[in-house]
Amino acid sequence: MTFPLFTPSEDPGPSFVGLLARLGMDRVESDPGFGSSKGLEGVAHGTTVLAVRFADGVVMAGDRRATSGHLISHRSIEKVFPADSGSGVAIAGAAGPAMEMVRLFQLQLEHYEKVEGNPLSLEGKANQLALMLRSHLPVAMMGLPVVPLFAGYDEQQDRGRLFQFDITGGRYEEQDHAATGTGSLHASTVMKLRFNDGLSADSALDLVIEALFQAADEDSATGGPDMVRGIYPVLATITSAGFERVPDEDVASRTMMLLDRLTGSDR
Amino acid sequence: MTVPMYVSPEQVMKDRADYARKGIARGRAAVASTYSDGVLLCAENPSNTLRKVSEIYDRIGFMGVGKYNEFDQLRIAGVRHADLKGYSYSRADVDARWLANQYAQILGQYFTHEMKPLEVEMLIAEMGTEPGGDRLFHLLYDGTVMDTTTHVVIGGEADVIRERLEASWASGVDLETALGVAVDALAGPDRTLSPDDLEVAVLARDNGRRAFRRLEGEALAALLG
Repeated sequence: MTFPLFTPSEDPGPSFVGLLARLGMDRVESDPGFGSSKGLEGVAHGTTVLAVRFADGVVMAGDRRATSGHLISHRSIEKVFPADSGSGVAIAGAAGPAMEMVRLFQLQLEHYEKVEGNPLSLEGKANQLALMLRSHLPVAMMGLPVVPLFAGYDEQQDRGRLFQFDITGGRYEEQDHAATGTGSLHASTVMKLRFNDGLSADSALDLVIEALFQAADEDSATGGPDMVRGIYPVLATITSAGFERVPDEDVASRTMMLLDRLTGSDR
Repeated sequence: MTVPMYVSPEQVMKDRADYARKGIARGRAAVASTYSDGVLLCAENPSNTLRKVSEIYDRIGFMGVGKYNEFDQLRIAGVRHADLKGYSYSRADVDARWLANQYAQILGQYFTHEMKPLEVEMLIAEMGTEPGGDRLFHLLYDGTVMDTTTHVVIGGEADVIRERLEASWASGVDLETALGVAVDALAGPDRTLSPDDLEVAVLARDNGRRAFRRLEGEALAALLG
């Protein structure tokens, strides 16, 4: 690995992706020989992730299942990650490229912050993710789409904000809630019915657990809570205090409360 | 035809060294010191935007004095190198020793082969996972590297400041004490330095993955007492 010193005209600036491209280390782009989706059926896909705005910020959540066709390939993968200290990213789609995109996105934000001395604005971060998706489009068209959610606490506007994306790099800001992945339709219905302005953190956490539960109930690719193995959805809150993952025990006890309510055993 | 005048290699090197030293001596000094919970980086720097102290990687910090554009370019190259290495291998594989060696190569190359040597003096600090595991790499304009586990002074009047620092420096002290000793050494007997004159940061073991944290404004004033 050579030491990355550049002349001013060739300097890639604060972009890590630009640096990789300058050094010829960027990812393999579409190869026509790869064009058919043959052989891609065995690739793991992750599903339902969602985000809800509440009084102090945003809650993000994701189930734990990855599927390859009709098979469950992983029971406990994670789809909700901190993007940096004040924002988070959740992914649905082909697990391999999605994880790689998250890793690169995290690094892109940190690299910018270190080189420039200041972090990007929340809007700037969302745009960076959109750019990454756009350059991923050829791979998405081969059958390996990545569809993330991005949420963060906007220090300038003093509120939580959430963004939805599509495979072309389209970026759509949502006001209240967003979901993506195969179970998103059912999860969205639950959130739509239960959402109100100024949700407390407590009710927002209960809401996303119920939304994921209902999605898993209708969609075979979305994993429900697994009490036998102790696997529960990943939940995180993003507030002015930053990205914080909700402890598994907390998620477990909230899930139990939901099950009690649904079975009527708390009466 | 004019015959070029013979200049002995000793003289060439001495002239280059003098040139670089002069450039570095014009700037103000900076002190790095280990303390009980990490590494303190403290520079005399009235500017709030042209930084001398900055973050390279999770447990690696950087401090440069001399010509700003030269050490800042090297700083950015260091960030790029560390991020590339962490991306290609793993975050645990990024270490300060490798980075210091790379810097030494570049500085040595400039010193012997380029029109003018780089007028910079730099410090790469690496916080260890345990007290006593901290490393400070001190780089000179000609590519010389020195490593210590205690304290380093770089920049103008470094010798005088080092003497003052050594008189009161002790290992394993807390942050407040370490900062007091560093600031007193930088200021000397005739001056006092206010928080606005200083740029202070720590690599702290209790700071999570990214150990680098700036101490500014009220937090710094409170520590200075």
